[in-house]
Amino acid sequence: MISNPPAPTREDLAPRLDAAAGAWLDAALAEAAAALDENEGDNVAVAPWELRFAAAGRHCGQEHADPVRTLLLQEARAGLTTLTRLYHQGTAAERRAVLLALPLRVTGPGALPLVEDALRTNDTRLVAAAVGPYAAAHLDPHSWRHAILKCLFTGVPVAAVDGLDRRAHGDAELARMLADFAAERTAAGRPVPADLYHALHLTGEES
Amino acid sequence: MRIFDPHIHMTSRTTDDYQAMYASGVRALVEPSFWLGQPRTSPESFFDYFDALLGWEPFRAAQYGIAHHCTLALNPKEANDPRCTPVLDALPRYLVKDGVVAVGEIGYDSMTPAEDTALAAQLQLAADHGLPALVHTPHRDKLAGLRRTIDVVRESALDPERVLLDHLNETTVKDAAESGSWLGFSIYPDTKMDEDRMVAVLKAHGTEKVLVNSAADWGKSDPLKTRKVADAMLAAGFGEDDVDRVLWRNPVAFYGLSGRLQLEVAAPEALHEGNSILRGGE
Ligand SMILES: [Zn+2]
Repeated sequence: MISNPPAPTREDLAPRLDAAAGAWLDAALAEAAAALDENEGDNVAVAPWELRFAAAGRHCGQEHADPVRTLLLQEARAGLTTLTRLYHQGTAAERRAVLLALPLRVTGPGALPLVEDALRTNDTRLVAAAVGPYAAAHLDPHSWRHAILKCLFTGVPVAAVDGLDRRAHGDAELARMLADFAAERTAAGRPVPADLYHALHLTGEES
Repeated sequence: MRIFDPHIHMTSRTTDDYQAMYASGVRALVEPSFWLGQPRTSPESFFDYFDALLGWEPFRAAQYGIAHHCTLALNPKEANDPRCTPVLDALPRYLVKDGVVAVGEIGYDSMTPAEDTALAAQLQLAADHGLPALVHTPHRDKLAGLRRTIDVVRESALDPERVLLDHLNETTVKDAAESGSWLGFSIYPDTKMDEDRMVAVLKAHGTEKVLVNSAADWGKSDPLKTRKVADAMLAAGFGEDDVDRVLWRNPVAFYGLSGRLQLEVAAPEALHEGNSILRGGE
C-alpha cells in the first residue's frame, strides 16, 4: 500500500559527483555493504559506514546529501533499530535522510515515533520529509490532519504531502479544520494560504 | 561589508538580533558550545544542547540569511563537575557532524587538574578528527592562564597553527602571537575589551591571524560589536581590505581548516510565508 518512491541508485548519482566525491561514495557503499546485521555486533564501536552517513554532506555536496544518505541506508540494509538510532543521534540533515528512507526500509508502523517527533518540530526541512509516503500509509487520521495544518502553519507546500488527494477525499473533519483555520486567518485580517483552498477542494467537502 | 562573527552564542539571542546582525552585514557565524549560566547535571542535557546547535539553530539562522556553524566540547567550567565529564566519551560521535568546524570552547577557567585533563583530551580529539580548536583563555589570572594554555597546546598532537586563542587583550597578545596560534578578541560592552582598544591592538600588531568576535550570550553583550569594530577600523584609517581580512577572510581561513565550512545559505521555504519563528511559534 506504500507507493514507494524510486530509490536513488549509484548510477543516477554518478554523473552529478566529481571524481573525489564518487570515490568517497564507492568506499562508503562498500563499508555499508559490509555492515553487520543490526542484531549482531558488539553495540559499542560505531560502524564505519555510520560515520560516512554523518559526513555525506561535506564529501558529496549538500545538494546530493539526501540521495547519498538514502543509498547508504539501502546498502547497509538499515532496519528499524538502526534507523531509530541514526535519527536520534543525527543532525537535522541526517534526521531528514532517515525520514525520507522510511518507505524504502520499514514495512510496518514501527517507525511512526520518528515521524511524530519530526512533526513536533518547527523545522520545515523535517516537517516536509515527515509527510512522505510512510506517513501517508501509517499515520492515524487525527495526527495526519494535524500534519496538514502544520504544513500550512509553517509554510511547507502541501505538494510535499504524499497521498494528499487520496487521504483527503471525503474527510469531513479535515474540511472543518481547514475552514476554521481560514476563518481564523480572515478574522485576523491575514491572508489565507492558497494551499489551504487546494487541500479543502481535495476533500470534496467544501460547504 | 561582509562580516563573519567567529564566536557568538545565538541560543541566547532573539530573532531581532539575527535581523539586526544581517542588516549590519553579518553573513556567517560560529556558535561555540559553552556554559549556559545554569549548571547542567547530566550528559543528556549537553546532548540536547549539541543537537540544537546542529539542528534548530542553523535553521533559525538560515531564515535570516546567515550561515551557522558550531564548535562542540565540554567547557572548562563544567569539566570540573563529575556528573558532566562523561560528555567527553560521547564527543567523537558528534565531532563527525557536517556543521562542526572546531572543537571548542575548551581551555581553562580556574586551572584545576580536571581542566587539565579535559583540555588535553579534547586537543587530542581535535587532532584525531582533523578539526582545529577554539581555546578560551581564562578571565581571571589571564596571563598565567594563557601561558599554561600555550604549554599544553605545545605538548599536544595539535599544531598551534590549528588553534585559536580567544578572549585576548593587550597583556596577552604578544605571548599568544609568538605561539603561532590564531588570535581572537572578544569585544564587550563596558568590560574586558572595547572597539577602540581593539583598533589600537590592530595598529600595534597588524591584522595577520587576528579575529574579532562579539562573544554575545545571555550576559551583557552586543551582537553588533563586530560591525562596530569594522566601523572603528575605517574611522581610524584602516582600508576596506583590512576590514575584510579581519572580519571575513581570517575567520574563513581559520574555520576553513576543518574543510567543513558551507558559506552559502539556502533559506528554507518558510521564509517566504508567514512563518513559525516570526510568529513566535504555533
Ligand atoms: Zn563564548
